[in-house]
Amino acid sequence: MIKTKKQKITALLFFLPAFLLLAVFYIAPAAVSIFYSFTNKALAGLNADNWTWIGIQNYSDLLRDERFWKSFINTIIFLFGSAIIGQQVLGFTIAYLMRNKSRKFRRVIGSCVLLCWVTPEVVVSFVFFAYLNSNGSLNEILGFLGLGPVPWLFNFAMISIIGANIWRGTAFSMMMFQSGLDNVPNEILEAASIDGANKTQKLFRIIIPSMKGSIVTNTVLITLSTLGLFGLIYALTGGGPGMDTTTIPIYMYNKAFKSYQIGYGTAIATILLIFGISLSIFYVRASKHDL
Amino acid sequence: MKKTHITSLALIFIALLFILPLLWLLFASFDLEASMAFQVPKQFTFNHYIKTVTNPLNVSSFLNSCFMSLSQSCLVVIISLLAAYPLSRFNLKRKTTILYGILFLTGLPITAIMVPVYLTFFNLQIENKLWSTTLFLVATSLPYSIWMMKNFLDGVPFALEEAASIDGANFSQRLRKVILPGILPGTSVVFIYAFSASWGNFFVPFILLSSIEKLPASVTIFQFFNSYGQVIYGELAAFSVLYTLPVLVLYILSQRFMANGFAFGGAIK
Repeated sequence: MIKTKKQKITALLFFLPAFLLLAVFYIAPAAVSIFYSFTNKALAGLNADNWTWIGIQNYSDLLRDERFWKSFINTIIFLFGSAIIGQQVLGFTIAYLMRNKSRKFRRVIGSCVLLCWVTPEVVVSFVFFAYLNSNGSLNEILGFLGLGPVPWLFNFAMISIIGANIWRGTAFSMMMFQSGLDNVPNEILEAASIDGANKTQKLFRIIIPSMKGSIVTNTVLITLSTLGLFGLIYALTGGGPGMDTTTIPIYMYNKAFKSYQIGYGTAIATILLIFGISLSIFYVRASKHDL
Repeated sequence: MKKTHITSLALIFIALLFILPLLWLLFASFDLEASMAFQVPKQFTFNHYIKTVTNPLNVSSFLNSCFMSLSQSCLVVIISLLAAYPLSRFNLKRKTTILYGILFLTGLPITAIMVPVYLTFFNLQIENKLWSTTLFLVATSLPYSIWMMKNFLDGVPFALEEAASIDGANFSQRLRKVILPGILPGTSVVFIYAFSASWGNFFVPFILLSSIEKLPASVTIFQFFNSYGQVIYGELAAFSVLYTLPVLVLYILSQRFMANGFAFGGAIK
C-alpha cells in the first residue's frame, strides 16, 4: 500500500513539468481558440480590447464566405493529390519495387528519397522555386524534349505545390510500407504462386489486403501532417496566384494576421482543429490494440 | 532476369527525380555564375559560403537557431524522460487514459493553435522572446517524445533496476548507472527528433518572433529568399546547404542509434 502511494506521488511529480507545458501551450490555446471564435476580437484597432460576444456569427459568415470555401476545396485537392494519393502511391511503388533488391541498392535509392524528407521546408520551397521556374531545371529538361517552357508556378500553381509536397513527404510512406511489406507472410505468397497466381493477382489479392493496417495508419498520419502544412506553400507561392494555392492554414493566417480579424481567424482555426481532433480520435481508436 | 533490370532502372529513374533538385542546390552553392537551371559549376567558388558566414545577420540567425533547438531538445529529453518513467514502470490506475491522451495530442495540428498561442503570448507580454518561443517548441514536441521515450523504457528490463534497488542503490544512482546507459540510444533518438523538428520549424518562429535579430535561420532564409531570391541564388543556395547540414548529420547519426524498423517509435507496430 505504502509503495503504491509513494509511486503515485512520484508519478505526479514526474508528470508535472510535461503537464504544465502541455496545459499552458497546448490545451489552453485550443480552448481559447474555441472561445474567441464566438467573438469579434481583432488584433488591432477598436475591437482589440472592446470585443463582444457575437455567438455563431463567425461560423455563419464562414459558411457564406466564398474565399473560405475556395481554400477548403484547395485543401482537399492538396490533401488528396499530394498526400493520400501522391505520397502513398509513390511511396508504395518504391517500397514494392525495392522488395527483392540487394541491401546496398535499397540503401542508395532509399537515401535519395530520405534526403528530401530531412530537408527543412523553407529550403524545399527555395529549391522548388528554382526547379519549377521558367528558367529552371524542369523547363531545361522539357526543352531537350522539344517542349516549350511552362511557367509552372503561375499556370499550374496547385500542381507545383502538390509536386513539392510529394517530393518532400514520400519517404515517410515509403518507410511505413517497407515495414508493412516485411510483415506480409511469405508462406501465403508461396502458396499463391503454387496455385498459379500471377504478380498482379498477388499484389491486389494478398499484399495490399494484408497491409490494410499500415495503409490506414499511414493515411491518418500523413493527412494530419499535410492538413497543417504552412511554410512549404507559403514560401513557395504565398497562396497565389490569386487564391489558387490558398489552403485553410494560409487563409487562417491571412485573416488573423494580415486582416487582423482574430475572431474570424480563430473560427477558421477551430474548424481545422475539429478536423484534426476527429482524425486523432480515429487514429487512437485504430491503434488501440497496440497499447 | 530481364524484369529485375526494368524495375531497377525504374527505381534509379525515381531516385534521380528526387535527388536532382538537391544536386542543383549543391552545385549552385559552389557556382560563381549560379542560375536556376541545373549545371555543373564552370567556375568553382567558395565565395557564396564566405559571404554567407561573414554576414552578421546570418550568423546571428544561426546562433538563434542553435540556442533554441539545443535548449529545446535538452528540455524535451529531460521532461519526456520524467513523464515516461512512471508510465513505463509504475502500476498506475489511469495509465491507459494518459497514454491515449498523449497519443491523441500527437495528432493535433499545431498550425490550428498558432492564432490563440500568439494571443496568449501577446496577453502575457511574452511575444518576441526567444525563451518563450523555445518553451512553446518544447510543448509541441512533448507528446510524441513522451510516447517514444515510454516505448524505449519498456525495452529496458525492469529486473535490472530492481536488482540495483535491492543492492541499495537510490533513485539517482539507478538513473545514472542502470537506466541511462540502457536508454541512451532511445534518448539520442528523442533528442535528434526534437532538435530536427525545432531546427526546421518555420511557422512557430515566424508568428511568435518579430525582431530581426531574434529570428532563427528558417525565417531569415525565407526573408532572404523573398527579398533577393530572384537575384543571388548562389548565396541563398550556400545558406540553404549550411542550414540543412546539421539536420542531415543528425539524421545519419540517428540511423546508427536505431535498431532496424524503429523509425516510428510506437506510432506503428
